[in-house]
Amino acid sequence: MSGNGRTKLVLGYGTCGIAAGAAAVKEALEREVSAGGYDLELDIAGCMGFCFREPIVEVFYPDGRSVVYGDLTPKKVPQLLQAAAAGEVLEEWVVRRSDDPTAGEGDFLANQHRIVLRNCGRLNPESIDEYIARGGYEAARKALTTMTPEEIIDEVSKSGLRGRGGAGFPTGTKWGFARRAKGDQKYLVCNADEGDPGAFMDRSVLEGDPHAVIEGMIIAGYAIGATQGYIYCRAEYPLALKRLDIAIAACRERGFLGEGIFGTDWNFDIKIKKGAGAFVCGEETALIASIEGKRGMPRPRPPFPANEGLWGKPTNINNVETLAAVPWIIAHGGEKYAELGTEKSKGTKVFCLAGKVRRSGLAEVPMGYTLRQVIFDVGGGVREGKEFKAVQLGGPSGGCLPASLLDTPVDYEAITATGAIMGSGGMIVADSSTCMVDLARYFLSFTQAESCGKCVPCRLGTKRMLEILTRICEGEGEPEDLERLEVLAADIKAASLCALGGTAPNPVLTTLKYFRNEYEDHIFHHKCTAGVCPALITVKINRDLCTGCGACAKICPVEAITGEKKEPHSIDPDTCIRCKLCLSRCPEEAIYAE
Amino acid sequence: MEQVRLNIDGVDVVTTPDRTILEAAREAGIRIPSLCYDRRMEPYGACRICIVEVEGARGLLPACATRVTDGMVVRTDTEELRRIRRTIIELLLSDHPRDCMTCESAGNCELQDLAYEYGVKETRFPGEEHHYEVLADNPLIERDYDKCVLCGRCIRICREVQGVGVYDFVNRGFEAVPGTPYNRPLTETPCEFCGQCVSTCPTGAIISIPSKGKGRPWQVEKVRTTCPYCGCGCQIDLHVRDGEIIEVSSPVMVGPGEGNLCVKGRYGYSFVHHPDRLTTPLIRKDGELVPATWEEALGMVADRISKALDDKGPDAVAFLSSARCTNEENYLLQKLARAVVGTNNVDHCARL
Repeated sequence: MSGNGRTKLVLGYGTCGIAAGAAAVKEALEREVSAGGYDLELDIAGCMGFCFREPIVEVFYPDGRSVVYGDLTPKKVPQLLQAAAAGEVLEEWVVRRSDDPTAGEGDFLANQHRIVLRNCGRLNPESIDEYIARGGYEAARKALTTMTPEEIIDEVSKSGLRGRGGAGFPTGTKWGFARRAKGDQKYLVCNADEGDPGAFMDRSVLEGDPHAVIEGMIIAGYAIGATQGYIYCRAEYPLALKRLDIAIAACRERGFLGEGIFGTDWNFDIKIKKGAGAFVCGEETALIASIEGKRGMPRPRPPFPANEGLWGKPTNINNVETLAAVPWIIAHGGEKYAELGTEKSKGTKVFCLAGKVRRSGLAEVPMGYTLRQVIFDVGGGVREGKEFKAVQLGGPSGGCLPASLLDTPVDYEAITATGAIMGSGGMIVADSSTCMVDLARYFLSFTQAESCGKCVPCRLGTKRMLEILTRICEGEGEPEDLERLEVLAADIKAASLCALGGTAPNPVLTTLKYFRNEYEDHIFHHKCTAGVCPALITVKINRDLCTGCGACAKICPVEAITGEKKEPHSIDPDTCIRCKLCLSRCPEEAIYAE
Repeated sequence: MEQVRLNIDGVDVVTTPDRTILEAAREAGIRIPSLCYDRRMEPYGACRICIVEVEGARGLLPACATRVTDGMVVRTDTEELRRIRRTIIELLLSDHPRDCMTCESAGNCELQDLAYEYGVKETRFPGEEHHYEVLADNPLIERDYDKCVLCGRCIRICREVQGVGVYDFVNRGFEAVPGTPYNRPLTETPCEFCGQCVSTCPTGAIISIPSKGKGRPWQVEKVRTTCPYCGCGCQIDLHVRDGEIIEVSSPVMVGPGEGNLCVKGRYGYSFVHHPDRLTTPLIRKDGELVPATWEEALGMVADRISKALDDKGPDAVAFLSSARCTNEENYLLQKLARAVVGTNNVDHCARL
């Protein structure tokens, strides 16, 4: 990124960075650079993956070294600029150094293998020149000018790439269906309707490297014979949409999109369709209905979109991550990609580490890595040194796996065998302070609210399951409720129209399988061992530790805490609403829930 | 068309590849239960009642929406399927009023039939129920969405068959319910009051107000006749109780209308028993209309036409026909006008 002899500062400017305060840091950088008369270059990049240390800045020195600093604020900017201009390193702020991979959080990246995220955080996503400088659009040029569509499909098949949206269908096979489907017009759709709570890898790719997705689409469109592409992206991703708009316009200007692209006689263009944020529109038939202007509801398959898709024409739908991997595969060859991974799951997978993990952010690892490697080696383990309890894979459609399954490899079949799913790549870590019944209830409340309402098992079944889980959490569970949950879960999975309903019971089934004792504690012993469910806990003060500072009494919204100054306080259990605000306020950690 | 051989519940069935499993089964006399299916519309696959097991297929498939293929082996009534159907019926009943005693559709309700067939007395999954306001915002169609099973049949028949599209679902998940734009009364929508939605509703969610409380299906005699309103010739069933027509329906896939009716055919029957209805011709005598026989009336018309022809020639006479006559009858009338009387003065009421 440097090269003109000047030191360059690149600010992480994805949604995660901006949410953490990158806009104020950007303003401070611009102001201070001009005020201080620094000979420094400023630029932005997408998310590098260090979401847990945003806002971050990477400083590129003329000698080729680079240092990433994290947790920046406008106040820290002058010191940062002084050090950067002087070529010095501010050791205590370091997140990563290029000349010392062990410094800071360096192992977060060192333990990853980046293909899809190859450019994320490494270039300005609003500059097509930077993408081209890193070899961008060479794969598309190679595909269109030197390869037949069949050769491309063959190469993708050889790579073993499988759909990264979650279902893991072999991409080459899917392209082959669309290629062979008969139709005067075919469509290619990029599914960017990322909706799992805790999943943000597609957004990060679109914000950090939009050209990779567009290049993947150009190749895919040519391979299947589609001249029109659509990107279905939710309107809640305004920055991704803005960067896609910029990227598409730049491509049209360069002749990478439009008529006769790369000097061939092939035409291909892309339209963006903004989704309104319905989770079900990630399901391909609902997505198609939404593009067509209809209510986003799935329909039975077959016919599959490869034969009857958008506007009734053959349509191929791929996820963002899948498409972003395609240019790399064409550039390096399918076999190279297939060198990574397990027997049936090849290449890499991007995970979004979230929840109680120490390093939340983007982790791209080769298939075959164990969950333990992802969570502990990349993610740095559980926050605050707490004990690992479970990991929720695949968001609301996935499952909760216990510590005993941490050595499960990242592999479609191996993960499915546990009752979870690979899904789009959300990985939410739970520690001992997480109640598994409450967690299952949370995920079901999401799928239930996002059910489109079309088919009976999903519409009414998830509602009834949620009601049962809610009453268990409220201490009103009945002994028959476990069986009711199992009956409903089995029938909803078997009978639902689409995968939303078909997978919605997974969080309940896996927690019932691996954490059944917690359900039984709630129902039979009226106890929430994690101390989460308000109806089943009592908040108490340890009189030996309490110093009588009164901080708890001050914050208590219902005045349930009383006591003389400098004397141990006590909580009236009848007045207490178990909001646990006092727990977080006590400087002595004298308050506990049980 | 080429033929397809498949096996349904051990029975070899030969059919054509354009058939769905449900159609092929029904043709072969094998009944697969359903709820959101109506032959008049495209398959929808929402209720999941008609799911069947197909050898080699991933998961269970809706028979209504799955085309037959050669060599297919289908099972429609396994223990698993019966268990799932029971669960679905119980789920539907968990958000449905148990008021079959007074429900307008008792005896003509597909949900009731399913509960009866599967012996579902109570639901294992009680929970929150909807309590919508009953919508009687017009004189003909009443909507009570507490009874709605969200099969989408009203929405689809209005859009696919009538080409009107008054309804669609609003809200999502448990809160999803059919509605009009901005929940306006039907009178403020493009609704034509054809009552097609009433005809397809499998429960008592959409009913005809003029028929309310007038008779149970087993208390009426159905009289098949041809709709008198236009030349289309739609077949209709008059539901007659104690000599009074209390409802009109149309047999599905019979006659040129295939079970579809317009507002006139379905609701335009109140004249039959109206006290003002003319039952004989009337002839004005001394300024008073006096009942007459058809012979008298036709004789008088013939006399007057002859007189007009003699006095002023053919163009002094005009023939006014009716859109309620058949094409053949209208043809004959203009033939009479042109060939017998010799005038082109021919017109009909629909132009007025």
